[in-house]
Amino acid sequence: MMFKSTLSGLAGRPRAFDGVLEQAGRIILGKDHEIRLAIACLLANGHLLIEDLPGMGKTTLAHTLARLLGLQFSRIQFTSDLLPADITGVSVFERDRSEFRFLPGPVFAQLVLADEINRATPKTQSALLEAMEEGQVTAEGQTRLLPTPFFVIATQNPAHQIGTFPLPESQLDRFLMRLELGYPDRTAERALLAAGGQRRRVEELMPLLTPDELPPLQQEASAIHTAAPLIDYVQALVEATRQNPAFQHGLSPRAGLALLAAARAWAWLAGRDMVLPDDVQAVLPAVARHRLRSAQGGGYALPEDIAALIRSVAIP
Amino acid sequence: MSTPAREALDRHATPWLFATALATTAPHFIHQPPWLSVLTGAMLLWAVWLWWKDRRLPGRWILIPLVGAGSAGILLEFHTLFGRDAGVAMLVMFMTMKLLELKSRRDAMVIVTLGYFLLLTHYLYSQSIPTGIWLLAAMWLVTATLIRLHGGPTSQPRDFLRYAGVLCLQAIPFMLVLYLLFPRISGPLWGLPSDAYAGKTGLSDTMTPGSIAQLVQNADIAFRVRFDGPLPPKQKLYWRGPVMEQFDGTTWQPYKGRHPAPQLDSMSPPIAYETTLEAHNQRWLLALDAPGNLPAETSLSGTLTVNTANAINERQRFRLSASLDYRFNASEDPLVLRRNLVLPANSNPQTRALAAQWRVGNTPEGVISKALGLFAADFTYTLYPPLLGRHSVDDFLFRSKRGFCEHYAAAFVTLMRAADIPARVVGGYQGGEFNPLDQYLVVRQSDAHAWAEVWLDGKGWVRVDPTAAVSPDRIETGIANALAFGEPLPMLIQIRADWIRTLRYRWEAINNAWNQNILGYDPQRQRELLARLGLADTDWRSLVIALGGTCGLLVAGLMAWTLYKRPERDPVVRLWHKALRQLARRKVDCAPWETPLDLARRVREQRPELAEPFQRVVDAYLVARYGNTDEHLKTLRDAVAQLR
Repeated sequence: MMFKSTLSGLAGRPRAFDGVLEQAGRIILGKDHEIRLAIACLLANGHLLIEDLPGMGKTTLAHTLARLLGLQFSRIQFTSDLLPADITGVSVFERDRSEFRFLPGPVFAQLVLADEINRATPKTQSALLEAMEEGQVTAEGQTRLLPTPFFVIATQNPAHQIGTFPLPESQLDRFLMRLELGYPDRTAERALLAAGGQRRRVEELMPLLTPDELPPLQQEASAIHTAAPLIDYVQALVEATRQNPAFQHGLSPRAGLALLAAARAWAWLAGRDMVLPDDVQAVLPAVARHRLRSAQGGGYALPEDIAALIRSVAIP
Repeated sequence: MSTPAREALDRHATPWLFATALATTAPHFIHQPPWLSVLTGAMLLWAVWLWWKDRRLPGRWILIPLVGAGSAGILLEFHTLFGRDAGVAMLVMFMTMKLLELKSRRDAMVIVTLGYFLLLTHYLYSQSIPTGIWLLAAMWLVTATLIRLHGGPTSQPRDFLRYAGVLCLQAIPFMLVLYLLFPRISGPLWGLPSDAYAGKTGLSDTMTPGSIAQLVQNADIAFRVRFDGPLPPKQKLYWRGPVMEQFDGTTWQPYKGRHPAPQLDSMSPPIAYETTLEAHNQRWLLALDAPGNLPAETSLSGTLTVNTANAINERQRFRLSASLDYRFNASEDPLVLRRNLVLPANSNPQTRALAAQWRVGNTPEGVISKALGLFAADFTYTLYPPLLGRHSVDDFLFRSKRGFCEHYAAAFVTLMRAADIPARVVGGYQGGEFNPLDQYLVVRQSDAHAWAEVWLDGKGWVRVDPTAAVSPDRIETGIANALAFGEPLPMLIQIRADWIRTLRYRWEAINNAWNQNILGYDPQRQRELLARLGLADTDWRSLVIALGGTCGLLVAGLMAWTLYKRPERDPVVRLWHKALRQLARRKVDCAPWETPLDLARRVREQRPELAEPFQRVVDAYLVARYGNTDEHLKTLRDAVAQLR
């Protein structure tokens, strides 16, 4: 439950996003926080990595968001024999016109769902990741721009499963956020079971935005005011990761920028015209965990370590 | 190439420099030659006018002749360009002239530096409380100006003043440490300009008719006395100065040769007292008759005057004792007696005739009472006696019959000598005013007095005060009651209204406390203080170590305090911490990592009655601290105030 507060709101508050949140919440039950994070990630113009066991609703979430935001959607199922060209597209020779014609791959969409990205070989993974970073695709010597907005929602099975190629840190850094959906709680699961699955209902969703409406909103979110004390706080958090023995290494400056961008989007979603430490704390686990390595075991940073990190930094 | 110092001066900084120049030079206008005060004042006004009208500053061809003319004037006035008065006059002139070439920040810095230096020079003239207050305020202003020069035009004047005030307050501990521990120099400062003590007057060592009457119009304090026991009766308070034995017809002066050592038998228990003598540039103390125990570095002369090794040219404190009843030189050297019978040849024939007439068939005591009787009969006590001729005593005794204490003393001694009784004039002070607030007896220049001393066989030198015969009031209650209304006395002693007197007592008691405790902190007191702190037998080296150590500790303490306090400098944060303290008092503690919104949620759970007012504080705080506005400070302040 959001606390009632009289903090001054944004002018022209984005009603549309209340609708997006509300409708997505009806599909993915009991995961309001994760949905909000996912939307904040897209608002901050970042790519999202959803990581969980199969059947937890990863694909449903991606699908729901694509429908609600009215984005042109394509899905790539990553497998071990997927080739880069299967993503970017190939040129075929047309005999009639005696020339090659480029057939765009599935990456030429506004929202690309890269399902089980860790099943593909690193070569194929990097083809997608380069597209994510550059916003363009180079195939057969020609550079082609990807549509805007361009989002990638990648899903991944946890790395200990057999036959996967875990993403290296450099690639993980391209994702603004990484989410785990986790099991639904009892009431949500009961409702889910009673309704008999949600996939069908996704198809019935009506878009609440047009693709043209999204970039100005992103622009607005990125202009949310961050006061000096808040930047101090972000800096203190980033510095704390570098000194905290729970992590193998600290956060990079790019991670600090990502944290600020995510916090801005989160604040904007809450209808505020300034970023609060609460916003930073809210997005920190999603932004930081996949960028840090736990000193014990070498996996992602543990949620407990992030909580301890927050508790180790005084709010200026 | 432009350096910060060469940068053009921001126009709005200039009034600060005018204020600095005025505050640091103004007290000098009082004692400077008037032409110099007019010149410097005019240049200041000119500079202000040029600034106001935004005119061009005068060129070198005006300034150089001005400097030359001013320096020439000072040279003519003081016959030197150095020394205290001339040096200060030069500095004051340069200060105001610099205002006429204020072009760059460098010029402004010269003004500020000169201003700080000029502050110091005022202490060469006065160390009184008003001076101290003025100079503290001026230092505050100069510091604010310095901050203004570095702070740019964005802030408000009161910000500079506040910042400067904080700086000055922070300097107070250092001031106290330096005051208490800096090695004190006994005696005058080395190398103080030789004219530094000019203009400090008091009783002179010669007496001509009118010299004391002039002194009486001065209400300055001559010395202050505190008795260990009760105050002796006023008619016994004769403070002896120079004893004048030689008379040339107009001037009485002391005998310059050697006197045999005095033989003094005290006939009453000694009275101990402490006297704080103002500078009078003479080599004697004013001791209560007759002096007993003497302070170090003083000696008793053959005429019972307490002499000092050096002239008293700064305020000094002495401990003395006195016997009010005494026998002095019962057997006197015949040479001394003969000297005290001499009168100028062919002078005052009528007086001599009268004395010769009295001598027949009368003992010396009889002659004395005849003389006192003559004075008591029809003489008037006045500060405005008529002018006297060549035979001044004749004129006085037989014609004018109006005079002041020196006339009576001189006439009486002449009469005695003519009657073959050895007699001499004693200069000094009589009486004093007791301040019931601080128990000090204040003796002013207006208490200056002259009386006579006669030698009687078997009794030695006996004090006879002819003024007491003319005007007993003078001795018993003081000069203000002795003089007729309309005599030109200083306002201060004339006023008889009680509340004004009480006010004056209070002011003098404050001044005395300042003199005794602040200005009177001398090497001896410093030694006593250090001994009490466990630093017995200090030399200047250990003082320097103590000084350095204490200052170091102070700096460390201040730095720690500043570092500790820094996060609270922002008023928004200070108010937020205040609100948190209010919460802590109600057993809700905020963890440093807890966000305000989380805290508000917790307050709602733990102390629902506080939830609403605290939510207002949180909202105002978040907007003020993290929002894109500076205007919510008042909202926050109100919200925190309502939290109570």
